[in-house]
Amino acid sequence: MLAKRIIPCLDVKDGRVVKGTKFVNLHDSGSAVELAYRYYKEGADELVFLDITATEEKRKTLIELVKEVGRVIRIPFTVGGGISSINDIENLLNAGADKVSLNSAIVQNPNLIDEASKKFGSQAVVAAIDIKKTNGGQKVYIKGGKQPTALEGLSWCKEVCERGAGEILLTSIDHDGTRQGYNVEFLSAVVNLVTIPVIASGGAGKKEHFLEAFEKAGVDACLAAGLFHYKELNILELKKYLADNNIRIRL
Amino acid sequence: MTAIIDYGAGNIQSVINALEELNVKFIVTNNAKEINESKKIIFPGVGEASSAMNNIRSHGLFEVIKNCKKPFLGICLGMQLLCDYSEEGNVECLGIIPAVSKKFNSAKVKVPHMGWNKVSFNKGSKLFEEIENGSSFYFANSFYVPGNKFSSALCNYDIDFSAAVQKENFYGVQFHPEKSGEAGIKLLKNFIEKC
Repeated sequence: MLAKRIIPCLDVKDGRVVKGTKFVNLHDSGSAVELAYRYYKEGADELVFLDITATEEKRKTLIELVKEVGRVIRIPFTVGGGISSINDIENLLNAGADKVSLNSAIVQNPNLIDEASKKFGSQAVVAAIDIKKTNGGQKVYIKGGKQPTALEGLSWCKEVCERGAGEILLTSIDHDGTRQGYNVEFLSAVVNLVTIPVIASGGAGKKEHFLEAFEKAGVDACLAAGLFHYKELNILELKKYLADNNIRIRL
Repeated sequence: MTAIIDYGAGNIQSVINALEELNVKFIVTNNAKEINESKKIIFPGVGEASSAMNNIRSHGLFEVIKNCKKPFLGICLGMQLLCDYSEEGNVECLGIIPAVSKKFNSAKVKVPHMGWNKVSFNKGSKLFEEIENGSSFYFANSFYVPGNKFSSALCNYDIDFSAAVQKENFYGVQFHPEKSGEAGIKLLKNFIEKC
């Protein structure tokens, strides 16, 4: 049967890896290509790169990064961050990315999901959804967690699935960077609602949090960043721990 | 020389990267003459079956592929297109492997089938030489080719389906060897050196 996946995430700015807490206060953690290679060798199942560069050079540097990463790793990788058109997606896939992650752009133009999945296949389209608890329940936020929307978290998950997204990358802003565990309750509701794979993101602080997300929420993959960057948790050790606890893992 | 067929069906850069790692001489082409003059042919493919078949026909490649006598490797959608028919876009395919590509049942399993899954292969398969039986490979597919007499490897996801097929000089793999770590690179090396 299909193995559960461990996915290190690299937040990239100008080709360097940075990691923040609750989407602000960025720290530089090294070269993106070097770190990608380290994760590949440590047994990562795939990688996600989120580009947070805000300059006009952004597109060019992201394409260059994709090309360089593709030369050194032999596992799939997703790129995201400010992708807003079919043309952007095509350029990134042609440069060697396997999937693109779409966030603010699909909230503003949901048809982009339909168009992209028809043109490139659902497997290439990841819907990244950032949610945050409000008085009105879990709502969708865009622009790197800075801008609230009227969208209700669960109904947006269902909609992206129906429009043809191949996966949901769900980040709980309230949990991100806290190291207190994933938002198991909400993830569990998403897993029960949609028919596509769900990736948990935001809050991993120790091995037990991954086990909890796989066992209790039934997610297909777990994503983490800082925990791996700073070598607090080795990917292979984590995977062995999960396998010992009867999670199907590729070792 | 190995030809990678470029018929506009998505990402071929990953296949290029893998062949460069193996120091294999290759050309990326959709030219019939160049394909016919190559010793090995790789036929990648991601995306949707009916539009891929349209591209193959519009590039004049239908007969070129069908009549190919050289070792030929279809990857992912490239393997599905070797079959008679695909339910994706309800399209007639190349008709080399007598099988029909079908969609996974989303009432039973998540679709797409995305990630690493174990592959068990027939003994003696050249593609899998010196690869441990039961190794994991990376898949990303919503459609599958059911097990049939040309299946050389199987994978399980709700049902057993073809992870690899072989008929004469035609080989196909449903997974992405170029994205499957060291086992995948070994498989590509086997295709280049042993098939």
